[in-house]
Amino acid sequence: MIALLRKDILILRRSRLTVALLVLYPVAIALLIGLALSRGPAKPRVAVVNETTPGARVEVGGRSVDVSAYASQLFDQVEAVPTATRAQAVAKIQSGDVLAAVVIPHDIAARLSSDVSQAHLEVLYNGDALEQSLVQSSLNSALAQANLGFSEQIQRAAAQAIGLLLRGGNLGVLGAPPNLVGLGQIPALLRRVIAHQPPGPDREALERTLAFATFAAENLTLSKTVLQTISQPIAVETKLLHGRRTPLDTFAVVVAVAISEMFIGLLLAAGAVALEREEHVLGRLLRGAGSASGRARGVLVSRNALLAEKSLLSAVCAFAVAFAMLAGIGAFVSLDWSRVPLWLAALALAALAFAALGVSIGALAREVRAASLLAFLFSLPLAFLALVPSGSVGHGLYDAISAVSFVFPFKAALEALDAAVNQSSPGLPVSLVHLAALVALFGALARVGLRRLD
Amino acid sequence: MSPTTIPALSVSGLAMRYGEREALRDVSFEAGAGELVAVVGPNGAGKTTLLSILAGLQRPSAGSVSRAPDEVGWVPQQPALYAKLTVAENLALFARLERVADPDAAVDRMLEQTGLRERASDQLSRLSGGNRQRVNVAIGLLSRPPVLALDEPSTALDPGQRERLWSFIRDLAGEGTSVLFSTHDVAEVQRYAARALVLADGRLLFDGTPAEFLAAAGRERQSGDSGEDSAGVPGGGDFEDAFVSFLRARGER
Repeated sequence: MIALLRKDILILRRSRLTVALLVLYPVAIALLIGLALSRGPAKPRVAVVNETTPGARVEVGGRSVDVSAYASQLFDQVEAVPTATRAQAVAKIQSGDVLAAVVIPHDIAARLSSDVSQAHLEVLYNGDALEQSLVQSSLNSALAQANLGFSEQIQRAAAQAIGLLLRGGNLGVLGAPPNLVGLGQIPALLRRVIAHQPPGPDREALERTLAFATFAAENLTLSKTVLQTISQPIAVETKLLHGRRTPLDTFAVVVAVAISEMFIGLLLAAGAVALEREEHVLGRLLRGAGSASGRARGVLVSRNALLAEKSLLSAVCAFAVAFAMLAGIGAFVSLDWSRVPLWLAALALAALAFAALGVSIGALAREVRAASLLAFLFSLPLAFLALVPSGSVGHGLYDAISAVSFVFPFKAALEALDAAVNQSSPGLPVSLVHLAALVALFGALARVGLRRLD
Repeated sequence: MSPTTIPALSVSGLAMRYGEREALRDVSFEAGAGELVAVVGPNGAGKTTLLSILAGLQRPSAGSVSRAPDEVGWVPQQPALYAKLTVAENLALFARLERVADPDAAVDRMLEQTGLRERASDQLSRLSGGNRQRVNVAIGLLSRPPVLALDEPSTALDPGQRERLWSFIRDLAGEGTSVLFSTHDVAEVQRYAARALVLADGRLLFDGTPAEFLAAAGRERQSGDSGEDSAGVPGGGDFEDAFVSFLRARGER
């Protein structure tokens, strides 16, 4: 086994371009993925056509709001590109300068101030499905905030009016009589009048009026609470049930390191085993292993030793690069260095699991190129599936994704590394046991693959 | 093989089945020390299966082989070597894997024997097909096995390389190594082999010297079809015609 290991190291030393690609490519991919995950999406460029007259104001609930100032606040979730006319906005969309345009019509202030008619914004957009989705979600979010803002203003105005009706006094509305009696004061006034009224039809009429006034006053008080609820029907209260909140940047580090480790472990192990077959050496190395009982002498290397040698070599390389990456990124991102022994445990078992999957792919492939292609075809979708968050797809699909992710090492490696670096759940021991089981599973599959010697 | 000599290799009742298909059926023969035995037959006759069982690559369905795999040097059809390693590194690696007592001495011996000492530091990828095949054979000989099995050793070699390879193999036989080689080329059988084993459809149809084979083929052809042109069979001496006639007479193509 030592002789075989020395041979493989010698071949690696003589394949500098391959080794450089094997290390640089996954590191570059991992860094790109890490950057993509740690940064939010860029703001989409949206043309904003404000057709209202300069200085137009919306009067809502006794408050006056400048339409232009409100629009600029409204569109802070997009990169607003002020545009003079609708035609110019359309031209900008068609030329690809902007992804969408929002046209604020000239009568929006009047419609909003009327409190009775709905105001309309026109949204024009272009681009592919992803861009359309990004623009739509940004604009929908902005408009939802605007609608909420206006509904709060209207609710405040309505509540103020209800308060005046209940309390009485001067309503401040043109033509309304001064010092009006409040609805809340009427029951007490009526009770005093009724107390001096002899029994008879007039008293009965007054008592019926008192019952109505009491009922109306109580329900108007309730309606203020109802209006508050309508303006914000759902309030959000967040609680983390278990684990520790993982900052996005440190999670991105874990993803980047896991991807790099997977590529190196998988490709190196798959290539190393496939090379033995491609060079037609497998038969020479393993002959005797399949001969009749009593004739097992002459086996140069056992299948187990061959697989162990390839797995260890690949795992050590993947582990070294992954640890160097983690330590290097640790210079820029705040990581808890007291947990280094746990990092090492997670990286070591993850590297072994990736190498085990690699040797099983290599054992099935006839040549290095086929093994490398298979390794790529396996690793990229597996990494993608493991990153699909729960709730982002339907229950059935997520269960299927979880099952697939469970039987391949990427998700377990990611969880182990996340637990080691970020103390996230599930805990490190669970993930390590999972990885060890996958090492055994893929090691056994590789052994079956090596039954064919040609 | 002379009946008085002790066989270097004895094969008895060898059979190999792949599901319903029988690749070898009850094949038995012996080979003496220093004997050069050709295993010849059409495609799918079972030549490679026979040699790979002798080398320990496959487990036979039935039958026995007197030698363990470590006593049979194995030379596969395609050079089983590492292209990124030099000639000396390839030899040294396999000498260590074969647990040869003195690997350096074994490498030195094989470089001398193959005449590749001057190319010892060259990577395999820079060698010609003929030289690669010589290294391939040399690796089969590292542990000085009493029996050497070569699977179509001269395929893809030019006539010059082929001549040098056969000279090397004949020297080996001269030193006492029993050599079994498979081939499609019946001319090679006639020129180099001391004995021919003719296989077809997994059965051993003939075991004897090339001269005996020509005689047998000629007799069958003359008795079976006296009206045909018999030129090329004994005493015409065309081995290929005799081989084709021999197989055709047994329903093989």
